[in-house]
Amino acid sequence: MTGQRPLLEVTDLVKHYAVRGGVLRRQVGTVHAVDGVSFTLGAGETLGLVGESGCGKSTVARTVLRLVEPTSGAIRLDGEDIAPLSKAALRPYRRSMQIVFQDPFASLNPRMTAGDIVGEPLSVHGLATGAKKQERVAELFQQVGLRPDQMKNFPHQFSGGQRQRICIARALSLGPRLIVCDEPVSALDVSIQAQVINLLIDLQREQNFSYLFIAHDLAVVAHISHRVAVMYLGRIVEIADKQELFANPRHPYTQALLASVPIADPKAKRLAPQIDGDVPSPINPPSGCAFHTRCRYAFDRCKTERPALKAAGTGHQVACWLNDGTGQAAP
Amino acid sequence: MSETKASETVLDVKNLQTVFFTNSGLFRAVDDVSFSVGRGETLAIVGESGCGKSVSALSIMRLVPDPPGRIVGGSVMLEGTDLLKLDDAAMRDIRGNRISMIFQEPMTSLNPVMRIGDQIIEAVRLHQNVSSKEAWKQAVDMLRLVRIPEPERRALEYPHQLSGGMRQRAMIAMALACRPVLLIADEPTTALDVTIQAQILALIVDLQKRLGTGLILITHDLGVVAQTAQRVIVMYAGKKVEEATVEALFETPLHPYTRGLMASMPAVIALGARTDARLTEIPGMVPSLTKLPPGCAFAPRCKLAVDRCRQEYPPLSEIKSNHWAACWRAGELAEAS
Repeated sequence: MTGQRPLLEVTDLVKHYAVRGGVLRRQVGTVHAVDGVSFTLGAGETLGLVGESGCGKSTVARTVLRLVEPTSGAIRLDGEDIAPLSKAALRPYRRSMQIVFQDPFASLNPRMTAGDIVGEPLSVHGLATGAKKQERVAELFQQVGLRPDQMKNFPHQFSGGQRQRICIARALSLGPRLIVCDEPVSALDVSIQAQVINLLIDLQREQNFSYLFIAHDLAVVAHISHRVAVMYLGRIVEIADKQELFANPRHPYTQALLASVPIADPKAKRLAPQIDGDVPSPINPPSGCAFHTRCRYAFDRCKTERPALKAAGTGHQVACWLNDGTGQAAP
Repeated sequence: MSETKASETVLDVKNLQTVFFTNSGLFRAVDDVSFSVGRGETLAIVGESGCGKSVSALSIMRLVPDPPGRIVGGSVMLEGTDLLKLDDAAMRDIRGNRISMIFQEPMTSLNPVMRIGDQIIEAVRLHQNVSSKEAWKQAVDMLRLVRIPEPERRALEYPHQLSGGMRQRAMIAMALACRPVLLIADEPTTALDVTIQAQILALIVDLQKRLGTGLILITHDLGVVAQTAQRVIVMYAGKKVEEATVEALFETPLHPYTRGLMASMPAVIALGARTDARLTEIPGMVPSLTKLPPGCAFAPRCKLAVDRCRQEYPPLSEIKSNHWAACWRAGELAEAS
């Protein structure tokens, strides 16, 4: 985290999808799912990625793992750009990057035992077989708070929270340095959410890997992250240390997002909707700043010129014409 | 909302019992639950999956699938009529007319091959004797009421042409078309983004105040409860474990389960909180309804549990004025706070 080379360095990542139509399936448009995203992630650090559905946060996560091929941009893992690597050349890097998905019901093979699921990556990468593999799997089960005698059970015999623990054990099996968590607790009940969040934090402290943590629940992200990036329509509009971002949000979108979270305190009545309308389509994003159509502070420049991410304090970057340090104070 | 209006009870549910007969035995999804809703009042029902909050709502609507489910006891009085005693035809006149319901996922509850306007007038024409022209005008008015821009054009569109937030607005328009006295909203904003959630909640609360509708809001999100409800009931394993006004509940929750729920939520914006601070967990998981422990169902997960909790189910009692809890130790908790 401090001064060293970051574990992950993403530069100008772009992912466009073609929209095809007509009889000849010609390209009639482009979905700008991710449109020039750059960030770094240090060892042992957690970067939260927040934004509303369709903002591109999941695409960023999957592109970083090369589960989705990037259109352009660089993804440096330990200084090595993995974006142009072939499948075979990428294979050794796969061991260092793992993912935990949202739905623990869809991401576990119902016909495999929990032990086989967790041990499969070890076989795939030829790291352990036989008794040695069983031993390692049992150890992983204990690390995530499951009993080794549950290894022979099938996924349907576990509750939602336990299944998510199996997914975490599988992600841990290869000793990764980066774990991408794509909405890992949103399918779980509140009381179970806390257990899984605590587990994720404990594991990180023991093993010092990094999380790229995606969630739409700002409270969860605020709790687990060291730094937070806010995305809107395929771009990062603000990125800062957690405390700084929540105490001093500079981008009007971040401000609206934070103010929209219902607070569990009846005395803090604040149900006034902060922004009107819906997120515009990423097929035809608005000109200039993509947020200008919903922004209460928008002026002429916002409609024509797109603001770049600029420093707005220590470790705090924001893409807004008002708040980028051009002399105009935060409204 | 004036006090006299609030005291006018729209719905009074008493000792409701809904059971399901399954291969693994009988389980009580809703076990002896009572509550009431006043005109223009919002009652929130909170709990985790499987606690019986949705089955309670379906029981009011008499929509519990039978078999395997059946309402075996209690009464559901809607403005003096016991809905559980009505025949199916009479019940059909009530649904969508005097009680309406909105669900979590608007895409699955809207008909994808019918225009939005047609779906709204379906309810209107079923319950009111109006011409189709008049009904269409009402549908457009409803869409305007829920603040859908260009309602004349939107009424002609199909659900897939609308965004998630717009669809939920259309659902609300449909639910309120016949001016029901009671609206049941089952997780109405769970599938929506947070900025859209704020818009929809504000809309529901505003319309409910203007139309004087009683509202039952079913949710797992305590933040939503705090911002919208006047009274709250907390359910666990089919039983009501706590009931209070929203202010009292959040100030001094008296059931350890409610306390656990509040503590296990990450502070909304963890300002200045240490990144590595642990959340307070409720250990274990919700028990299966077919294998409920004797005594209090929450006892195995409760750090305050004593021997008595494991043997006897605590009755729901009024610990403080207008604040009920089903816990042997709620009295101590009330004194300590």
